[in-house]
Amino acid sequence: MFSLLRSMWLTFLHAFHKRETILYPEEKPILPIRWRGRIVLTRDPDGGERCVACNLCAAACPVDCIALQATEDETGRRYPDFFRINFSRCIFCGYCEDACPTYAIQLIPDFEMGEYNRQHLVYEKKDLLINSEGKYPGYNYYKVAGMAIGGKGKGEAENEAPPVDIKSLIP
Amino acid sequence: MATIYIDNKPYEVKAGKNLLEACLSLGLDLPYFCYHPAMGSIGACRQCAVKVYRDENDTKGKLFMSCMEQVRDNMRVSIADMEAREFRAHVIGWLMTNHPHDCAVCDEGGSCHLQDMTVMTGHNYRAYRFDKRTYINQYLGPFLNHEMNRCIQCYRCVRYYKDYAGGKDLDVFAAHNHLYFGRAEDGVLESEFSGNLAEVCPTGVFTDKTLKQHYTRKWDLTMAPSVCHHCSVGCNTIAGERYGTLRNITNRYNGEVNGYFLCDRGRFGYEFVNSAARVRKPLVRSQLPEASDKYTALKAASSAIKAGRVIGIGSPRASLESNYVLKKLVGEDNFHHGVSDVDHDLVEMALHILKEGSARTPSLQEVEKADSVFILGEDLTNTAPMLALAVRQSVRQQPLLEQVSKANIPVWQDAAVRELVQTEKGPLFIAHYTTSKLDELATQTYFDTPDAIARLGFAVANFIHPDSPEVHGLTEEELGLAQQIANALLAAHNPLVISGTSSGNERILKAAANIANALAAREKSAVISLVVPECNSMGLAMLGGHKLESAFEAVLNGYADTVIILENDLYRRASAATVTEFLDSCKQILVLDHLHHATTEKANILLPAAPFSEADGTLVNNEGRAQRFFQVYPTPEEIQESWHWLAELGTIMADEQISNWQGYDDLVKSMAEEIPALRGVKKNAPSSDFRVAGQRIPRAPHRFSGRTAMHAGFNVSEPKPPTDPDSPLSYTMEGYRGQPPSSMIPFFWAPGWNSVQATNKYQQEVGGHLKGGDPGVRLIEPAGTAAYSLAVPQKFVPLGGHLYMLPLHHIFGSEELSNQSPPIMGRIPAPYVAINTADAIRMKLDEGDLLSFSIEGQAYQLPVKTSHTIPSGTAGLPNGLPGVPFAELPAWAILNRDIKWKQQPQTTF
Repeated sequence: MFSLLRSMWLTFLHAFHKRETILYPEEKPILPIRWRGRIVLTRDPDGGERCVACNLCAAACPVDCIALQATEDETGRRYPDFFRINFSRCIFCGYCEDACPTYAIQLIPDFEMGEYNRQHLVYEKKDLLINSEGKYPGYNYYKVAGMAIGGKGKGEAENEAPPVDIKSLIP
Repeated sequence: MATIYIDNKPYEVKAGKNLLEACLSLGLDLPYFCYHPAMGSIGACRQCAVKVYRDENDTKGKLFMSCMEQVRDNMRVSIADMEAREFRAHVIGWLMTNHPHDCAVCDEGGSCHLQDMTVMTGHNYRAYRFDKRTYINQYLGPFLNHEMNRCIQCYRCVRYYKDYAGGKDLDVFAAHNHLYFGRAEDGVLESEFSGNLAEVCPTGVFTDKTLKQHYTRKWDLTMAPSVCHHCSVGCNTIAGERYGTLRNITNRYNGEVNGYFLCDRGRFGYEFVNSAARVRKPLVRSQLPEASDKYTALKAASSAIKAGRVIGIGSPRASLESNYVLKKLVGEDNFHHGVSDVDHDLVEMALHILKEGSARTPSLQEVEKADSVFILGEDLTNTAPMLALAVRQSVRQQPLLEQVSKANIPVWQDAAVRELVQTEKGPLFIAHYTTSKLDELATQTYFDTPDAIARLGFAVANFIHPDSPEVHGLTEEELGLAQQIANALLAAHNPLVISGTSSGNERILKAAANIANALAAREKSAVISLVVPECNSMGLAMLGGHKLESAFEAVLNGYADTVIILENDLYRRASAATVTEFLDSCKQILVLDHLHHATTEKANILLPAAPFSEADGTLVNNEGRAQRFFQVYPTPEEIQESWHWLAELGTIMADEQISNWQGYDDLVKSMAEEIPALRGVKKNAPSSDFRVAGQRIPRAPHRFSGRTAMHAGFNVSEPKPPTDPDSPLSYTMEGYRGQPPSSMIPFFWAPGWNSVQATNKYQQEVGGHLKGGDPGVRLIEPAGTAAYSLAVPQKFVPLGGHLYMLPLHHIFGSEELSNQSPPIMGRIPAPYVAINTADAIRMKLDEGDLLSFSIEGQAYQLPVKTSHTIPSGTAGLPNGLPGVPFAELPAWAILNRDIKWKQQPQTTF
């Protein structure tokens, strides 16, 4: 009898506790920055596409929902010709972000992706590419890679010596 | 055999090998860079260090480079020793100090030997924090990309390019830590075998430029075992596809045929498959719109066949199956070979020589082991490139056998062997009418007309065995040369005679056969290799059929009015006037092909045939080896193999036998039973119901990515994975993970070995045969019944006002399909006519002047190239080059300007 009354009392007290539920969508939840939500492609500090189409995200993806094709501009800079994520398959595991050597692909704290039509969950590059550096500002892959691209010749990257003069005999 | 102890476990290994070879053959993982099974060891990279102990009581041991250490009995070795492992990790660490952070944008990534070895040694983090060395890259032509920053100085590229393939324009420059591997200046790499650098280079310095245009990682490719369709040698290849287009061709090791290498035509000629000139929809000309679906086309085709009297024209570039079904459909009497009459006769003769002669025909592997070679009338580099590469190795045989074995140096000690041998070469004699790249290796070259070459050949045969007919009227010099060649062939252990159809002269073939038979009669283990024009010329000859000329006559005489043309551009087989007359006389023309060309223009019904990458089939190479190639990726229903189209037509026509076939297997079975010469084809590959542990063999690696996204752009509901009814391979990554049978290895991969170096896990011993035997079935064994040919030709006599046109072949330009591949197009020479320098002076022609002449009514006007080797009174016309109309060569060309032959002293026989 006592335990019954005690339970009812405790339940009654909860009416005065701070609420855990929020009135979504009127009220938006505050999510941590590392929350794994919608996938975006970011840009480097110079505004160029960070993605170099290395295919590592696609290889890491456990549900194989990323497909892309590499291509190059006339200066040798590599970028994805198309980049497609099938969000109806995505499990938001974040392996693609872990695999990315250029910080291009990032999962951001946004989950509002519901669609009535499943076909609309297929995101192309224009849907994915954002005009921001995302979570990792300042990094520019081509500044550390050895490939020459437009605006950066051989030996102009970080920690690179100027090109070797192969005709020199000086030791 | 020797017993060695690796980490205290006893192993039986072959004596005389080096330790690295032995370890790899045992399936042990030991990192290495500079060693290559085809090129031996030089100990440059210091990567394969192991501990070697004096005896079982020695606990300290010494570090040795395993590639430089010969296997000894009771040798005690440790791979796992801590000191050895640390040493190897350090070596990688040092190599990586200057290696750029490029993997993400490097084409080698995912199939990189350096990546694999770095992971294998456990060098995970880079300790080096200082500046990296950089280099300026070079332009190396349309085939290869150069990124010198990535170099780890293993020297494999120059050892392959210069020492193995005989190239002159790639070298190592500069000194100390500034080594530069490249050309003296930017420019196209001259060697015909340059593409192999992409596979030889353990990292991404040299990469495939055609792959770069549509780059795909190795793990994302759907791959299938294929056979090269660009010449008669039949090299084994792996074709890779992604998103419905063919992405690259890589080498598929076959210990008997191509080994580790391919020629550039084979490697880069594949892009015709992606060409805009592809036939992708069936066309029926009598209706609008012309493009139709499969069933309308089949209906139109079957009613055309029913209504008419049909003949069929086969093709030497179509598979054995396609030709067989066509023959079946039109009947034996109505099946014609779609080759020029000269080629028809010559290939028939080549087949006759191989079947009836006393000498067998060698595999490329055996060619490499020949120690005396005589080439008659073939420019191998341009007609059968990989055979030329094999001949390059064969000239090293005699010095290897004599000096190196005397000096007690193992043959894999590459640097020491080359130091000892220097420039010494074994006997190689070349008789031809034009220069070839092999001339530099030749002991003697002999340049004269085809008839003179045949006369020299007959003289050599006569010197070897007096039963072979004598040749009269030879000069002292020629007799001396013939004697020298005969002596060299008789002195050799494995003499080899090479000839072929490319000079268009049957006497040369007969002379070559006489030499081989004479050598066999002297009880030498002689071998004879004959080059034929196209990938399935030999198969077509074995299948049997009539000449093209008789097909023309059949229609022109009203015997037939409907023709089925299988994968063939007749304008490359007979003169344009003849073909046009023939096609115009036909009531219905049914063409099956994969590319649009002049013949498809004339077709009433055009069915899209599948090219090699979209088809299953069998080819027979010049050695008589039947080799199976597999479809790489599924096609839409309108594109299917020619044999598939024809079998469907046969079913509609209610052909009794054809309509009983349930699939590819039944077709092959029926072919093997019906044609005794092709009986072996059945054993070529397992039948389509073959399974390993109940599973198919996957075409895609297990890392294959993007399966749920690649089609999502069209429809998010994923289609059912396509199944392959014709082979035991699956189009997906699902299936048996272990090693498949050797005849259907879709790609080389082993745990920890992502690069092509994984090949060593598939071999019985490193550089040897594949496990389970090399694929392909040899169909021809010599019967030894042929008598000596007595057809010694007369001496060639020039004709006033005429030039005797001889065919010249080009690796880039003479083959129909590769000509449609953009990278190859960039290397095709401009049309020309080659004439003798003295003739040019007599005709007052300078280099580049236009010479006009006509052959059989076909007029030509071409710029002149002068040549010292083209015999006077003859001229060379490039064969099959775009812009050079077909002429059946050799033939007399009538000049529009007269030459004064009277000024030249003539000797007549």
